[in-house]
Amino acid sequence: MPDSPASVQDVAGGLTSVGYLPGESTALVSFLAAKLGKPVLVEGPAGVGKTELAKALSRYLGRTLVRLQCYEGLDEAKALYEWNYRKQLLRIQAESEGAGWQDVQDDIFSEEFLLARPLMTAIASEEPVVLLIDEIDKTDQEFEAMLLELLSDFQISIPELGRIEARTQPVVLLTSNNTRELTEALKRRCLYLWLDYPSLEHELQIVRLHSPELDETIARRLVEIIQQVRDLDLKKPPSIAESIDWARTLLLLGADEIDATTFRETMSVIVKHRTDLDTVAERVGVKLADARPAA
Amino acid sequence: MPDPQRRARLFGGTREQRPGSFDSKLLSFAEDLREEGVAIGTSELLDSFEALGHVAWTQPADFREALAATLAKSPEDRRTFELVFERFFFRAAEAEATRHEVSEAGARATAADGTEIDLETLREQIAAALQDGSDAALRDLARLAIAAFARGEGSGVLGVDVQRIRRALGLRPEEGQQGERLTREQLRKFEAHLRRELERDLIARTAALPPKRPLTELDRALPTGPIQDLASVHRVVAQLKRRLATQGHELRGQKRRAHVDVRRTMRASLQTGGVPIALKYRPVRPRRPELFVLCDVSTSVTSASTFFLSVVHALHDAFRKLRSFVFIERISEVTEVFERERDFRAASEAVSRDAGVADVSGYTDYGRVWTEFLALIEDELHPRASVIVLGDARTNGRPAREDVFAAITAKAGRTFWLNPEPRLYWNYGDSVISSYEPYCTAFECWRTDQLEEFVKALTRPAA
Repeated sequence: MPDSPASVQDVAGGLTSVGYLPGESTALVSFLAAKLGKPVLVEGPAGVGKTELAKALSRYLGRTLVRLQCYEGLDEAKALYEWNYRKQLLRIQAESEGAGWQDVQDDIFSEEFLLARPLMTAIASEEPVVLLIDEIDKTDQEFEAMLLELLSDFQISIPELGRIEARTQPVVLLTSNNTRELTEALKRRCLYLWLDYPSLEHELQIVRLHSPELDETIARRLVEIIQQVRDLDLKKPPSIAESIDWARTLLLLGADEIDATTFRETMSVIVKHRTDLDTVAERVGVKLADARPAA
Repeated sequence: MPDPQRRARLFGGTREQRPGSFDSKLLSFAEDLREEGVAIGTSELLDSFEALGHVAWTQPADFREALAATLAKSPEDRRTFELVFERFFFRAAEAEATRHEVSEAGARATAADGTEIDLETLREQIAAALQDGSDAALRDLARLAIAAFARGEGSGVLGVDVQRIRRALGLRPEEGQQGERLTREQLRKFEAHLRRELERDLIARTAALPPKRPLTELDRALPTGPIQDLASVHRVVAQLKRRLATQGHELRGQKRRAHVDVRRTMRASLQTGGVPIALKYRPVRPRRPELFVLCDVSTSVTSASTFFLSVVHALHDAFRKLRSFVFIERISEVTEVFERERDFRAASEAVSRDAGVADVSGYTDYGRVWTEFLALIEDELHPRASVIVLGDARTNGRPAREDVFAAITAKAGRTFWLNPEPRLYWNYGDSVISSYEPYCTAFECWRTDQLEEFVKALTRPAA
């Protein structure tokens, strides 16, 4: 359980050992993130392992993963902290006669009455954590602005309490599907990592890692087909997650070859749109049917 | 070259600024990036220095990634970064070499007895090296190839030499065959190596650095597949719809020219016994322009017409007063098709099925299109109408008839031209955009961000 990795190779090895095969830049940026204590902004198409990277990092570093899933309308109360006002009410009602206003006020605005939300949890944790802020592009710009204080100084200002500073330095990952341009201010504070679809060899390794029982030749064939499908004009090209799912499906079905029939039956695992299904069947499925008699 | 005083002002004088020191090298690298439009702040530079403290500089990949992670913060910037990185460090290394008069004797020697090299083995070795993706091997092979083929001084133009050598080697992207096939990407990589080695040769010969070549738009464009393209088109079009739907709303707050709504004022006055105390105004409604869209669907713009049709489709959602036409040799109105079909796919199929564009030859005839358009629409054009033309202005040698086009633009308020070709190719070959340009605002529109620029221009109130 290395708390601070010594070299890039350590990180690469460590991530591999917990079931995540990093590309060269992934390992390096993760290493820098741990060393410099800077947040990492991870961008790339859906399903290339952005969220998985955070999970793998938390496993490798032996830290808890605190996850904040972003969505439109996410606000401070759900991301940072909230006053537990029911408890505050109870406290006021249970108050004996004669206690001064000042006492009560000091009391009900103390940490006891604070409900910590993910960001607060990550900051206040005794143990260092990995904080994952998922799909930051889904939130609005105001929320981004709120994050700035947290990301650069690892602190949160609560008007009634004052500043809460991080006890430990969390590793922060922000992911984005690039649906919206993030603000310069946010980008400036982060290291940047662009995850793209992997090369054939790299993807093959990933598939083999996740389903080692699958025959090597089938795995290679599978990855080749996936790469072909990605070249087509699809609404949602298959990503690594789909390759892995497909490999598992083939294993379950006990397929020993990817021919036209198997492909047609299992195609829905990798292609998720009605119109895409037609395109893929037309362009890739046909080629497979031709290949079978020859084989 | 960046002015050292300006640099000192920008970054403060805290760091030692010996010429040739590592710090100043990095700073001028950052300066190069800025020149190419990557926004790098001081804090990013500080980050990169800090990051370099933690990685081994001797590993080129690590060094590059560490810089990229801290300096380039979007896929576009990353692309620019790669190009500038290559250019900068190649030039820096060569400049040092020239200064110390280091030359690689080996490279010239092989050139002398280059006849020994067997073509077939060389080709196989290159293919193998491309499959492995080993940079060092590729570089050596590129040198060998140059030694074998580039006897004499070459043509003087690097790009020509590169292509000549590639063809001589018989390396071309092969379709169909599995296994041995070279992808376009791999070939491009080898070409890059060839280019660089040729450049190195040239520098060694002349002992001087050629002026650095600024990046062109084409270099900078991300090598995107059709997938990302179409997806991003849909994204921009969605954004376009949103922007068009909200445009003009900012005018609502300004009541300088508000008209009193007599009816509503009277009704309100009933509450105060018939005395009109509170005046009610007519709401300011955003003024929607009337649009006429002309879309080229000929074969020369096949790849762009999907893009254009989806733009037209989006426009139909946003504007009620919109008439759209497609044309090849003649013109045909498709307003109804788009109004009937809500789904883009169905609409584009319907357009290709029953738009009935009379295309005898399949070649665009702009002159005829203008004449027909003017005859059809002359009475309906007025100064508040905008005309948008989507096309490449390639007339196939037929008369451009810019006089008719001028008559159209004179009648309409504003005219925009969206050209799917990079500005570099305009007026090249049979493209006659320059004869139309005086009468309209022309936009190059082959990337989605350029479409966004157009949308901004369109929704901006007329000056």
